[in-house]
Amino acid sequence: MTTPLFDYVLGLADDALVSAQRMGWWISRAPELEEDVALANIGLDQLGQARTLLDHAGRVEGAGRGEDDLAYLRDDREFRNVWLVERPQTDFGVTMARLLVFAAYQSELYAALGRSTDPTLAGVAGKAVKEVAYHLDHAARWVVRLGDGTDESHARMQAALEAEWPFVDELFTPADAALVEQGIAVDPESLRSGLLDRVGAVVAEATLTVPAVAPAVGGGRRGLHTEHLGYLLAEMQHLARSHPGATW
Amino acid sequence: MVTSSVLTRAWQVAATVLDPELPVVTIEDLGILRDVTEYEGARVHVQITPTYSGCPAMETIRTDLIDALSMAGYVHVDVEFVLSPPWTTDWITDEGKAKLEEYGVAPPGPRTGPVELVLAVRCPQCGSLDTRESSRFGSTACKALWVCQTCREPFDHFKPL
Repeated sequence: MTTPLFDYVLGLADDALVSAQRMGWWISRAPELEEDVALANIGLDQLGQARTLLDHAGRVEGAGRGEDDLAYLRDDREFRNVWLVERPQTDFGVTMARLLVFAAYQSELYAALGRSTDPTLAGVAGKAVKEVAYHLDHAARWVVRLGDGTDESHARMQAALEAEWPFVDELFTPADAALVEQGIAVDPESLRSGLLDRVGAVVAEATLTVPAVAPAVGGGRRGLHTEHLGYLLAEMQHLARSHPGATW
Repeated sequence: MVTSSVLTRAWQVAATVLDPELPVVTIEDLGILRDVTEYEGARVHVQITPTYSGCPAMETIRTDLIDALSMAGYVHVDVEFVLSPPWTTDWITDEGKAKLEEYGVAPPGPRTGPVELVLAVRCPQCGSLDTRESSRFGSTACKALWVCQTCREPFDHFKPL
């Protein structure tokens, strides 16, 4: 049965899991070997966060589902991630623009969630906040290098920011009021100014402009997704579904 | 009777387990081993903490702990992962840092802030301080890739966390 806490923990977990899967796409495709390694490591950190959170979600639900059941055996409408992380990122500039936003969001989120009254959420956050500082720093360096680079890289980095910006607003979708009141969940709106400050400082240093674009519809926290999530899940889940119980 | 101490035999056994990715340092050297509690009836409960959330070595460490303690005669070994307080490179012992350097991995310096500003990392091969970071992310989550400008050799640096 779904409860506000189960949904909240799934939202945290699915953001990290889906982002990790998108990061994995870059392995062997990044512009240089060091970047292959970097994006794989960033994805691995996110996957680690997702695993502990999915395990926790399974315990909260109390129906005997573990991390693998939740990762591999849910359909797209049961995922609670935001649209920011689920769309393809086959352009390097887009990947860095998105990582800048997402790592800034996770930095603010985990700093606040470290004070959660839920000890598992506080534990995950206390650990992850140090990891995402490296992710944010990595994205910031690339955004500055490309934004303040050649005319071509500047134009493409600005275009990447424009492409990702409509999906920023969904990060602040309200959480369950009772969970926020009990100090379990973080009020997403409280993260907005910190996120915009962090991203804005990098964008300014990169000689870029914060886009003025209307927000996308969103709906990921309610299980409403773009068509892209289904393809991502098909790739991520097919082995576990085709060969139930497979181990190696 | 319940005994929880670094002086127990179970702790001494658990402390011999090596890190699978850096097999010159023990999990005690790295500060991964948090607590070992012995119960009556040769039962033992071990708490370990991951270096990074996604560290793939944790499952191997769990298996190695169970093997080592079973060999030492403990009949029920239970390994728990604890996240809080979060692991930090400050928990690596001085002996652990010395072993890392000898192995060719530049040990972490003290932490300076949320993202580390490393002033100088000494090349574990030739000792030169004329080194540079070539990638902040290395062969495992806990390491960065550096290169020495003097002896021209690349080397791993254990990132401060």
